[in-house]
Amino acid sequence: MVFLTCNQRRGGIIIAGSTSVQPFIEKVAEDFMEKHPEIKINVQGGGSTAGIQATFNKTCNIGSSSRNLKVSEKGLRVIVIAVDGIAVIVHKDNPIDNLDIEEIRGIFSGEIKNWKELGGKDKEVIPVTREEGSGTRASFEDMIMGEKAISDACLVQDSNGAVREIIASTAQGIGYISVGLVDEREKAVAIDGVEPNIANLITGKYQFSRPFLLLLLEEPIGEIKKFIDYVLSPEAQDILKHDGLIPAVEVHDD
Amino acid sequence: MKDKIAEKILLLIALSAILSLLLITFFIFQQGVPFVVRVGLGNFFSTIWSPNRGHFGILSMIIGSLLVTAGALAVGIPFGLACAIFLAEFSSKTIQKTLKPIIELLAGIPSVVYGFIGIVILVPFIRETFGGPGFSVLAASIILGIMILPTIVSISYDALSAVPATYREGSVALGATKWQTVRMVLIPAARSGIVAGIILGMGRAIGETMAVIMIAGNALKIPHSILDSVRTLTSTIALELGYAAGDHRAALFACGAFLFLIIIILNIIAIKVTKRR
Repeated sequence: MVFLTCNQRRGGIIIAGSTSVQPFIEKVAEDFMEKHPEIKINVQGGGSTAGIQATFNKTCNIGSSSRNLKVSEKGLRVIVIAVDGIAVIVHKDNPIDNLDIEEIRGIFSGEIKNWKELGGKDKEVIPVTREEGSGTRASFEDMIMGEKAISDACLVQDSNGAVREIIASTAQGIGYISVGLVDEREKAVAIDGVEPNIANLITGKYQFSRPFLLLLLEEPIGEIKKFIDYVLSPEAQDILKHDGLIPAVEVHDD
Repeated sequence: MKDKIAEKILLLIALSAILSLLLITFFIFQQGVPFVVRVGLGNFFSTIWSPNRGHFGILSMIIGSLLVTAGALAVGIPFGLACAIFLAEFSSKTIQKTLKPIIELLAGIPSVVYGFIGIVILVPFIRETFGGPGFSVLAASIILGIMILPTIVSISYDALSAVPATYREGSVALGATKWQTVRMVLIPAARSGIVAGIILGMGRAIGETMAVIMIAGNALKIPHSILDSVRTLTSTIALELGYAAGDHRAALFACGAFLFLIIIILNIIAIKVTKRR
C-alpha cells in the first residue's frame, strides 16, 4: 500500500474513516485497481467520526462511516454501500442461545452480574464493550442499549477482532461484533428469538443492523464517480455479500 | 578547522534533540491545557469518563495508572534488587558475564510481545486460579514488573559495583558476615543509585501502553481488588485517539499533559537522588 501511494502520479483517491468499513472497502478497492491500474486508491482507517470530519476538511476524497450521521454532521452526500448486522456473541460452550433485548441491556448496564440469572451456569458475566467513539459501539448503544448507559465495569477493547479474541477464550464473556466477522470459535446468540443470519438481516427480521456509508462533499466526478459506481455494481456487491454483509440493493426499506 | 566543523555539526544535532523535546512539550500543553481550563478542574478530575456526553473525568485512570505502577514495583523491586545483589556480590565473574546481558536483553523485547505472553499464559492462569476476568491489575502488575526488571537490575548493579572495595574489606574486618555487609554497608552506600533505578523503572511502568492495553481489560471502573480490570491513562489515549475529534481529542491531549507532568516529576526526583552522593 505504501509502495502504491509513493508511486502514484497524482493524489489518487483517498478513502478514510470507519475501521469496520475499511477491510471490506479495501477488498473492493483492490479488485477495482486490478481492472483500472491507472487509478490508485488508498484506504485508511481512523474511525467513523474521523472519516466524517476528513470528508468535510477535504483531507480525503471519500469518507466512510459505520453509523448514521448526527444532525451536526449533515451536509454530506451519503451513499449506502451495504448493511452490516451487529451480533451479540458468547463463548461457544455457553448454554445460552437466546437473549431478549432487556437481558442484553441488563448485562451491559451491569445489572445482571451472573449467568445464573439468565438460566446459565453459576458464573460471573464478563461483558466486553468497544471504546468510546467507535461506530460499532455507537450503533450498539443506539439500537440495543437505548436510554441505558454501558456500565464502566465492562472490559474495553479497541477492535472487532480483539473483542472476538476475548470472547473465544473466556467462558463467561459476552460481547458484540459485526455479523460478518463471527467465526466458529464463538457463538452469536439470537435476540428475541431471531438469529443474526444473512436471511434474517435481508428480510429485516433481525433489526440490529447499521449502514455502511461512503461520504462525499460534492457530486462525484471522474475517477471518484467510476469507483462509486463500481462499489454499487453487482460485481462489487457480490464481494461484500460473500464477506457477510448485506448488499445495499437487497435491503428492505420499511 | 575540521574539528571546529565537527563540533558545530554535533552541537546542531544535540540542539535538534532538545528542540524536538521542546516542540513535543509545547504541542501537548498547547492542545491540552486550554481544554482543562475550559471544562474546569472539577470535571477533569472527576470519575466519570464519557467524552461524547461531556464528562471528561480522568480520576479512575489516574488511580489505574498508579495502581498498576505500584503493582509493577511490588513485583519488580524485590526481584530486581535480589538479582542485582546476587550479581554484584555473590556471583562469579562468569555468571555475571552471562546473566547480566541476558537480563538486559529483556529490555529489548517489544512490549507487544509481553502483552501477547500475558494474554496467552498469564490471563487464563489468573482467571482459572483466582477467578474474575483474568484481565486485571494483577496481570498488568506482573508483566510490567518483569518489564522494568532490566532497568532496576542494571542501575542497582552499577551502583553496588561502584561502592569502593575498602567498604567491604572494612566491614568484613569488623567481623560482619557477607550478608550483613550487603545489608548494612553496601545497600546504604549504593542507596541513591538503587532509588534512581527504581524511579526510572517506575517511569517506564507508568508510560507503558501496548502491553497494558492487551492485559488490563481497560474497564473504566475503579478496581476494588487486584483481580478487577483497570484502565490507565496511556491506554485511554491509545484506545481512543483514533476515533476522537473535538473535545474528546483535546481531553486525550490533556491526559498526555498530565502524564508528562508525572514523568517529569519522577525524573527530577531521580536526578536529585542520584546527585546526592
